[in-house]
Amino acid sequence: MTDTKEILTVQNLDVTFARSAMKAVAGVSLSLGQGKVGIVGESGSGKSTLGRAIMRLLPPSATVTASKLTFDGNPLLSQSEREMRALRGNRMSLIMQDPRYSLNPVLPIGRQVAETAILHKGLSKSAARAVAAEMLDRVRIKDVARVMESYPHQISGGMGQRVMIAAMLLSRPRLVIADEPTSALDVSVRGEVLELLNELVTADGSSLLLISHDIRMVASFCDRIVVMYKGRIVEELSRLSDARHPYTLGLIAAMPDARHPVHRLRVPDRATFDATERSGSPA
Amino acid sequence: MSMIELQDINVRYHSGKSENHVVRGVNLSVARGECVGIVGESGCGKSTLLRSLVGLEGHWTGSISINGEALGPIRTKDQLRCAQMVFQDPFASLHPRHRIRRALSEPARCMGLPVDDARIAAALEEVGLPASFADRFPHQLSGGQRQRVAIARALIVEPPVLLLDEPTSALDVSVQAEILNLLSDRRDERGLTFVLVSHDLSVVAHMCDRIFVMQNGGFVDELSPADIGAGEARDAYARQLLAASFLEELA
Ligand SMILES: Nc1ncnc2c1ncn2[C@@H]1O[C@H](COP(=O)(O)OP(=O)(O)OP(=O)(O)O)[C@@H](O)[C@H]1O
Ligand SMILES: Nc1ncnc2c1ncn2[C@@H]1O[C@H](COP(=O)(O)OP(=O)(O)OP(=O)(O)O)[C@@H](O)[C@H]1O
Ligand SMILES: [Mg+2]
Ligand SMILES: [Mg+2]
Repeated sequence: MTDTKEILTVQNLDVTFARSAMKAVAGVSLSLGQGKVGIVGESGSGKSTLGRAIMRLLPPSATVTASKLTFDGNPLLSQSEREMRALRGNRMSLIMQDPRYSLNPVLPIGRQVAETAILHKGLSKSAARAVAAEMLDRVRIKDVARVMESYPHQISGGMGQRVMIAAMLLSRPRLVIADEPTSALDVSVRGEVLELLNELVTADGSSLLLISHDIRMVASFCDRIVVMYKGRIVEELSRLSDARHPYTLGLIAAMPDARHPVHRLRVPDRATFDATERSGSPA
Repeated sequence: MSMIELQDINVRYHSGKSENHVVRGVNLSVARGECVGIVGESGCGKSTLLRSLVGLEGHWTGSISINGEALGPIRTKDQLRCAQMVFQDPFASLHPRHRIRRALSEPARCMGLPVDDARIAAALEEVGLPASFADRFPHQLSGGQRQRVAIARALIVEPPVLLLDEPTSALDVSVQAEILNLLSDRRDERGLTFVLVSHDLSVVAHMCDRIFVMQNGGFVDELSPADIGAGEARDAYARQLLAASFLEELA
């Protein structure tokens, strides 16, 4: 897909948490048009913080600065909380790393998904329930009628992820930030959920920012791969085989490969990346 | 001798008149020091099976024995200590208002094991976290850091059996490599027995001696790591999983 029109522009984004000396996100610049961009990087590298900063969902203890942060031309950092609420879950949507955390524990699943359909499509209650049921079926939820009556603690991890994705798909946003949306899904259901996300991107011209640890999945699904380390983008790739930065190469080497069994996995040597970071350019 | 012996385990949830038969007649025997993997469809009952095994689920029927001792739905302290579980969900498994120190010391204290600051520091370092994290709250850690705390908490009571529910799906591959190496080392040193649930077929192939494919509450196939490497399975659903797993991407 060609990035004809910019949907999201991020320039020089910094995030600092109170009482922390290090920036959780440091000097990140990124521009997204229609298409699928994946973010990979180690735990704690700032991926979720970046996603939440774009959505303006960080706690007050976080200081966010950027020379530019615009979504569809709206400068996000100067929007009021009310304007942000109107954007969130409507034209921009975040699927959080933990689905059950973001569902309301005291409302049945069906009502929560139908609520989105009422909000975004202006449907009546019963029409919204029907649309919700259909969408839950499309994300391969089995036994939809039972699941709609269930509460969040009564569904499995992977079911929760699909419920969040179904709700998001109903609002058909321009920008989706999906934080580990498929980590609890088995590989065959994952394939179908990815196909639905792909449809959203191709049919509606939306932009998907997919945060994941699964380098194999990101490499085969996304158009571009952004690699983060310690809050910074160290490399942007269109194919994994183009990787040059020792950090990216270390991540690739750390993955188990069923066809080449090893006794111990290779643990990347952080000292090497840090030296590369200090000298400023990849070796 | 087998460390874990499951016979005809069934779990049914009831809501009103309808019944959801989640685990259906599972038999499993795991030798001491063995690592057995379970893969399968989301919602097919993997976590429910592990929760029954560890004593968190009271609705099961059948028979469970660990280390030769038959276990019921309600367990004694010693019975609870002998199998620890690392949960799928590192957010829900840590109390949001308890500092990491308390998250680590409480389970040990409940089982009558003394823990001091040095023990907590060692437990954190063992999973690659700085000792200073003892003073933090869960929301001040990244997802992967929380999962390492969860693993530290399971290891701190030194159980002979560890049940791992997607232990690394929230972790990046470099931390995953560290954690999997750490788990293998503990297994080699202490002869730990593992049951590992994962969606990542490369992970189960790396860790496990035998891998069961679960669908609709029951086991439908048993694979060796070599079967996964070769992409071979007898059951149609197992073949579908192998085909969808991007195993070839990095060749
Ligand atoms: N509310 C907070 N207060 C203080 N520090 C925080 C807070 N949230 C995150 N951090 C810190 O910011 C850094 C980046 O965290 P973030 O959650 O963005 O990482 P991540 O890349 O998403 O990691 P993971 O892959 O483990 O989810 C980490 O060092 C984390 O400890
Ligand atoms: N407390 C409960 N009450 C009612 N039903 C439940 C409860 N816990 C789980 N279930 C149901 O049991 C089934 C199996 O759930 P389980 O969490 O064991 O699946 P899983 O195989 O671990 O899936 P995943 O890979 O998505 O984590 C699901 O249909 C779920 O809705
Ligand atoms: Mg994260
Ligand atoms: Mg589960």
